[in-house]
Amino acid sequence: MICLGIEGTAHSIGVGIIKDVKGSCRILSNLIKAYQPEKGGIHPREAANHHATYIADLIHDSVQTADIDFADIDLLSFSQGPGLGPCLRTAATAARALALTLEKPLMGVNHCVAHLEIGRGTVTGCTDPVLLYVSGANTQVIAFAEGKYRVFGETLDVGIGNCLDKFGRTCGLGFPCGPKIEELAKQGTHYLPLPYSIKGMDIAFSGLLTCAENYVKNRAQMEDVCYSMQETTFAMLTEVTERAMAHTEKQEILLGGGVASNRRLREMIETMARDRGAKFFVPARAVCVDNGAMIAWLGFLMYNSGLRMSIDDSVINQRFRTDMVEVTWRG
Amino acid sequence: MDEKILYRGAEAEICLSKYMGRTVVQKKRVKKVYRIKDIDTQLIASRTKEEAKLIAESRSYGVSVPLLYDVDLAKGIITMEYLAGDRVKDILNSLKDAERKQLCLKIGESIARLHNHDIIHGDITTSNMILLDDRVHFIDFGLGCKNSETEAKGVDLHVLMEAFESTHSKYAQCFSYVIEGYKKQFSGDASAVMKKIEDIIQRGRYR
Repeated sequence: MICLGIEGTAHSIGVGIIKDVKGSCRILSNLIKAYQPEKGGIHPREAANHHATYIADLIHDSVQTADIDFADIDLLSFSQGPGLGPCLRTAATAARALALTLEKPLMGVNHCVAHLEIGRGTVTGCTDPVLLYVSGANTQVIAFAEGKYRVFGETLDVGIGNCLDKFGRTCGLGFPCGPKIEELAKQGTHYLPLPYSIKGMDIAFSGLLTCAENYVKNRAQMEDVCYSMQETTFAMLTEVTERAMAHTEKQEILLGGGVASNRRLREMIETMARDRGAKFFVPARAVCVDNGAMIAWLGFLMYNSGLRMSIDDSVINQRFRTDMVEVTWRG
Repeated sequence: MDEKILYRGAEAEICLSKYMGRTVVQKKRVKKVYRIKDIDTQLIASRTKEEAKLIAESRSYGVSVPLLYDVDLAKGIITMEYLAGDRVKDILNSLKDAERKQLCLKIGESIARLHNHDIIHGDITTSNMILLDDRVHFIDFGLGCKNSETEAKGVDLHVLMEAFESTHSKYAQCFSYVIEGYKKQFSGDASAVMKKIEDIIQRGRYR
């Protein structure tokens, strides 16, 4: 079965085409175009305009790159939520239009679950992981339990990427700030104490963010603040992930989301995994960030398990929680 | 000395050991290689100290906790009584409805006793409760603190609510019995705490 998936939850519009090969995911094409704000963070309307401008060409290019015809597509899928309303609507509209034109079925999927499933679908050996999903808006520790993907821990205020971006913006680093903070942190040598805020398996970043910004205001070395910020926030993330592993008694860790590109975070999670005797997986960068292939793959899994979606049911949901999805495709 | 690791948690090893002729449990906080020394050393010492203080104080307010025998801050080791009971996590789903209700009421009452004295457990999950001699013993105060704010009490209960939803999803409604017990025993304004829990739920992403 060949499925085309459209991702559009936030700053990226992505179109991916996948084919299922003996239960695993083969990616035929996976194109992404990211909206870059001139200043400040993502403006939802501007982002949606950006998506609307590029979506038609992306679909075309994606089909061409996959070396298939439109007639070969068996299923259309799209990110139904969670995300920014205008962006979600743009992606959903494109998917609906395509489904009606090609007279093929449509499937709306949960973006967070897609991040987990693409790991299981593309990484050999990854079967039942605890996912640490770290992106701009989302910071969740997700694992499969009692028929659903459940959130064992999550941020109580902002996502980790958002925290880094807000900090960087205050200090004039420009969006997205993660990679710049990572570079600066390498030069940091002196640890400046920051609040380490863990509540059960949940975490909070806002106090730490204020504290870090104050260090900068008080003329601390930028490199040291970045270093301290990474060390503290990533240690918190690693700790809650380890807690979730102990709690669920699972032996695999999967990293996903844009912040998964950070080398230091990978190193910390990998060290923790090694110490626990657990397996550590990071999917390829192209499927770690927001992308259409993961949406296509989850759409296939859902359709293949017997689920169907009518156009009427394809309304987007900005607050689509991970644990609202009934997981019918896993035993 | 004979030692046996009972459980390897996220931050500590729980070992069965001997101390002055008694069978004891030692909670040993392990160094985490993934985090830098500045953070690790400070976290281990402060958590060990805080935990020992909270355990001792909880006992004085009539909440069942293990007896403390020894605390070693430098090594991050707390030596305490061995409780040969069942983890509530393991038995809750298999209890009869009436028993489950009674147990949940008791859990709520004990949490209220802690909160009456501003003790915040910090990680109230059913894995951190041991049922022994018909009493619910609270263990692992590792993330606990003293805090008089309604917010802290709300967060404390919210952690348990989430544990019920994730680990005991079939009996998630039992959380209402926990609340019932809590209201009975709590000396402050229980409705303010309930309101706080609602706030916290709404604050979560995508609610």
